[in-house]
Amino acid sequence: MKLLTREALLSFRRAPLLSVLSVTTIAFSLFTVGLFGLVAVNLRQALKGLEERVEIVAFTLRGTPAETIALATQDIAAFPEVKDVSFVSEEEALRRARAELVEFRDAYRDIQVNPLPASIEVRMKEGYNDAATVERVAQRLRGFGFIEDVRFGREWVQKLDHLRNITGVVGLVIGLAFAAVAVVIIGVTIRLTILQRAREISIMRLVGATNWFVRGPFLLEGALKGLLGGLLSLVLCYAGYILFRDNSGGTLSGLVFFGPEQMVLIIIFGVLLGLGGSLVSVGRHLRHV
Amino acid sequence: MIRFSNVYKAYPNGAMALKDVTFHVSKGEFVFLTGHSGAGKSTIMKLLYAEQRPSAGEVRVSGYNVSSLSPDEVPRLRRRLGIVFQDFRLLEDRTAEENIAFALEVTGARTDTIAARVMRVLTQVGLSAKSRAYPRELSGGEQQRVAIARALVNDPAILLADEPTGNLDERATRGVFQLLRDINAGGTVVVMATHDLDLVRQTVYRTIEMRDGALVYDSDVDEAAAEAQ
Repeated sequence: MKLLTREALLSFRRAPLLSVLSVTTIAFSLFTVGLFGLVAVNLRQALKGLEERVEIVAFTLRGTPAETIALATQDIAAFPEVKDVSFVSEEEALRRARAELVEFRDAYRDIQVNPLPASIEVRMKEGYNDAATVERVAQRLRGFGFIEDVRFGREWVQKLDHLRNITGVVGLVIGLAFAAVAVVIIGVTIRLTILQRAREISIMRLVGATNWFVRGPFLLEGALKGLLGGLLSLVLCYAGYILFRDNSGGTLSGLVFFGPEQMVLIIIFGVLLGLGGSLVSVGRHLRHV
Repeated sequence: MIRFSNVYKAYPNGAMALKDVTFHVSKGEFVFLTGHSGAGKSTIMKLLYAEQRPSAGEVRVSGYNVSSLSPDEVPRLRRRLGIVFQDFRLLEDRTAEENIAFALEVTGARTDTIAARVMRVLTQVGLSAKSRAYPRELSGGEQQRVAIARALVNDPAILLADEPTGNLDERATRGVFQLLRDINAGGTVVVMATHDLDLVRQTVYRTIEMRDGALVYDSDVDEAAAEAQ
């Protein structure tokens, strides 16, 4: 094991340029994947903010007794899809309208009779904001006799759904493409190392070194380069993140970076890429040495 | 120790490298393998250290059946062999002793025994004074001695030498050949492929001659037949 590590590390010293090259290519591949990941993470964050605002508004008939509404509210709150339910009385609706619609403040001040209906606002639990579920809950709300009308941003919810799906698919495709490129690049660099050390490998084989003994240093080398590449890509991603955030003039000040689990995942991904690239290369080229 | 039984070897391009080759080598023997280049000497060598497999027939080396050797068994067979080539195959960036130690390290020898074992074989080949020299600082004959020392360090049962004197002048050739004879005298089987017929004629060792992939002369068999007549 000691020898294995020594041989793996030796390749960095013997071919510093090649090693730096492979680490940076891994880092740049992962950096691109990472940048996309950051976009995805932030998009998801933004979507979550939007999703939380997705609600169903059920307008009640004028004159519905408060007890009926209180009972119904309890019922609705018990729906598995529902996060919380709040009742907005007619007065509350008017107060909100006055506060939010400043342009009409004068008009609202002068009116004698409150034209706004009371409503029940329903917020969905996380993961239940898709169009079909929202529609189902809305349908159930319509079943209450005192509900006059149910509104929800159906199209908007559908678009949100769509956007999220596209984000996921595009992310996956680009991520896989870059992963493939990274594997090829690592494979090539390991291949160069193998060719560079062909003599050594052939001697190892002749004197009876086991296959794993011959392969071990290359696999370790690939994994190590993947690890370094992963770390470097995180540094690059962080630099990019800071650059974006601080030069956005404040509009992107809410940008988030990867959490610890995601960072560990990127590093593991780097190690796997390095290992994968060297496995492919070792499998293909070591036989011919 | 070595048994070739009706061995054929065809290459993918259809060329027949070996045709129905049968011979066997017993414990303690020294065997010359002669013939022109392309006659099949190197193919026999490659079959012996399981670099290639026979297309038909059976090759047995030191108890291993090369025809049906699993990938895991190849290294185990090679640890029982010492292999020496015309071009020495030393690592240029390591000293003589490091080159020999390398063979022990990569086969998992105990670290604390390596230095002593390296010194023992370097002494055996007469190079203990040059243990710290790099290959480029050694003559061809000395480099081949280092290669032989490396082949010996795992105490092989069989030493395979493929044209070991091909790159050496006459004096170095005599020295290396004498070393191989000494090794054989210690009980190790030596198979030496060569086209240096002078060397072959000087000695009484068994000679197997190859021509176009076929075994055309085996001094053991043919002399026995001649005596029988």
